This record gives sequence, C-alpha cells and structure tokens, in this order.
Amino acid sequence: MTRAALAVLRKDLRAELRTGETVPAMCLFAVTTLVVFHFAFNRESVEGDLAAGILWVTVLFAAVLGINRLFVAEREQGGFDGFLLAPVDRTAMLVAKVVALLAFLVAVELVTVPAFALLLLEPAPDPRLIAVLALGDLGIAVVGTLTSALAVQTRARDLIVPIVTLPLLLPVIIAAASAASPLLGGAGAGSVPMKWMAVLGLYDLIFGLIAYAVFDFLLED
Amino acid sequence: MACAIELEALSRDYGERTALADVSVALEEGATLAVLGPNGAGKTTLLRILATLLRPHRGAARVLGRELPREGWTVRGRIGFLGHDPLLYRDLTARENLRYHARLHDVGEQRVDEVLDQVGMARRADEALRLLSRGMVQRLAVCRAVLHDPELLLLDEPTSHLDPAGIELVEPLIGRSSGRTRVVVSHDPGGSVAEADVVLGLKRGRAELVAEARSVGEVELRGLYR
Repeated sequence: MTRAALAVLRKDLRAELRTGETVPAMCLFAVTTLVVFHFAFNRESVEGDLAAGILWVTVLFAAVLGINRLFVAEREQGGFDGFLLAPVDRTAMLVAKVVALLAFLVAVELVTVPAFALLLLEPAPDPRLIAVLALGDLGIAVVGTLTSALAVQTRARDLIVPIVTLPLLLPVIIAAASAASPLLGGAGAGSVPMKWMAVLGLYDLIFGLIAYAVFDFLLED
Repeated sequence: MACAIELEALSRDYGERTALADVSVALEEGATLAVLGPNGAGKTTLLRILATLLRPHRGAARVLGRELPREGWTVRGRIGFLGHDPLLYRDLTARENLRYHARLHDVGEQRVDEVLDQVGMARRADEALRLLSRGMVQRLAVCRAVLHDPELLLLDEPTSHLDPAGIELVEPLIGRSSGRTRVVVSHDPGGSVAEADVVLGLKRGRAELVAEARSVGEVELRGLYR
C-alpha cells in the first residue's frame, strides 16, 4: 500500500506545484476572510474564544475549497479508472489524499496564521498552537477526503461538499477552538486544555477508522 | 488451449435500462475477440466489466481463470485496458504520467523509456499532456495499457486519433503480432473481423452474433448495423 499511496501523493503534489490551482486559492480566500473580519469587528485586536473562533472558521472555509477540488482530476481525467485498474489496495488512495489535503492545509496555515497575527492579534500566538492546528487539520483532512470522494460522484459536487462536510466537522471546530482559546490570550492563558486535545485525537481516530472502512465502497461503480 | 475469457448469460443494468443481456462467449488464450455493434449496443459496458471496472448484475464471468467480480483484484495487474479516455493527467508530462502508472503496477522505470521509444514519443516525453496532439496522447495511452506487460488486452477503438504512422508504431504493442489475448471493440467491422478469431456482435445489449471470424460474412455484419 505504501508504494501506491506514495505514487498517488507524489502525483498530486507535483500537479499542484505545477498548476497552483488549489493552495493559492485557499490562501487568498483565508487572507481575504481575515481582512473582512478585521474591518467587520473594527477592533485592533481580538483574543481568547473570539480569536480562536475566527482562526478556525477561516481555516475551515478555506479547507472547503481544497476539499472541493481534491478528486476533480481523478473524476475528470480518468484517474479513478487508472488507479482501479492497478493491482493495489484501494485504501492507498485514501491515505494519499488525506496526506495531500493535510499538506495543503499546512501550506495555507503558514500564510494564514501570520496574517491572522498581523491583522487581529495583539501578542504573537503561543507556539503550542501548532499542536492544536495539527490535530484539527488531521480531522479536517480525514473527513474532507471522505466527503470529497462522495461528492465528486455527484453533479452537485460544489454544493454537496459544504453541506455534508461542515456539520461533520462541527466537533472538530468546537474542540479545536476550545483548545486554541487559552493559547490566544483567552481564559486560563498559557495552558493547553488536554481535555479538548483528547477530544480532537479521539475524533481523528474514529473518523480515520470510518474512512478506512467505507472508502472502498465509494470507489465502487 | 485454456480459455482466457468465459462469459455465461452476463447481464448488466443501468437503473431501469439493460445495457447487456444474457451475453455468452468464450475466448481461448492468445486469440482475438472482435466486439461489434451499433452505438449503445453495450460494447463499452462489456469491456468495463472485463476490466473489473463494472460489476456484472447477473450471469457469470471468468477472466484469466478468475471469477469476476469476486476475484477481480487478482487479475487487475494482468489486464491492459485502453478505453475512450486515455486515463492520463493533462498537467503532468508524458513521462510523469507513465512513471505514475509504472509505480502503481510495480514496474521498473526503464520500462517507461522503453515503451516511449517504441511509440516514437521519447522526444516529446517531457512535455505536459495538454500540449500534445490527440494522436500523441493516444500513443501514450497505448503505452499506459501495456506498461505492465499484460496477458489480456481490452481495447476500445484503439487506433482512433492515430495516423497511419502511429498505427504502425503501436501494432507490435497491441496488434495481433503482440501475441496477447485481445478483446477489440471497433466500428470498422471489415477490418476487425479480418484480424479476429471470434466475433461477438451486440445489438441493444444482446448477443446477436457469436461466431468464428472466418464464418462471418458481409450479410451477417450488415444485419448487425441495420
């Protein structure tokens, strides 16, 4: 499975580096959203729950753009058939797509978090925010890959992705925002709430197992 | 000689519509089956079932000695499929596309250079697919289909978009001289019957004609398209 997963991942990253179709759009959307928040709140800075909420809503909506496009080449250029004709475990595509989406999210956050700090944060964010972002991103990547594979089979792909993905990701947003709040100057500043980190970890694990169990069926005719 | 393909009363529906109904045919190893019929007769559906891309709804299908769809995963690496779409990515180069498929099939990268050379595409191998002509893309699709040296070739209009020089280049890879078992869908009845061993004529999903190629004449072929 590793060989096939690496082949798909390499192909996806290469295509994205060449075309720049997804990540730049996600970054631009995220930064624009932060600018809108900046002017809408008409405040120099935000902190705590509000800051965490703004950050995660921005990341989530930017992620929807990436999720929408995750399987488009497979669908429109015969990538599914090409993959299904090979003697490989179909889960390899799930693994590759989750890692690709995760990489896209990390790239977006490398732009978004500094922009967020510049536009809306007074003190710089706590470096431990990286751990919260990593767990939140993993949840978004797993669920996003699953819903993207489901939606790409339909004609209303662009509508199905947000309608299905956003409710499924509500627990991630609640847990990630709660875990990030103290790291952004909120109540109990400085400490990472382990309870919410555990919730994020558990969510990632459960949805990872669900995705592993059902992904094969999504590729069936 | 052993049978490479055995179909018994094979059927497939798309919702209410029956695309294939009770199709039975057998093909020996190394032989060529020409699948003929008017548009919408079920030719592509048949090919996709044999390629394990579609599940049959009724009947039995054995390909290379394995039961479909139950044992489909065991024959995937032994089948080369060339359909309407090239199954290649437009933004990757010819070489990148073939390397991707070589990795999926666990084939060494020197094989990529070998097939590129065979179809006369070595010089254009590092250009993105979207910059190549449809005929060149078809040559690359042929490369993709034979990259893993399959025993069985499933070919849907394999020479479409190819000029005479291109047809000549791909002949050793997918033609009769390749020595592989072949199922060829074609809209050139005369040409495909001439190089086939068995002919399967489909009409509205039903097998109207199943016969040895040498016994099939103009009258039977005309009846198929009427």
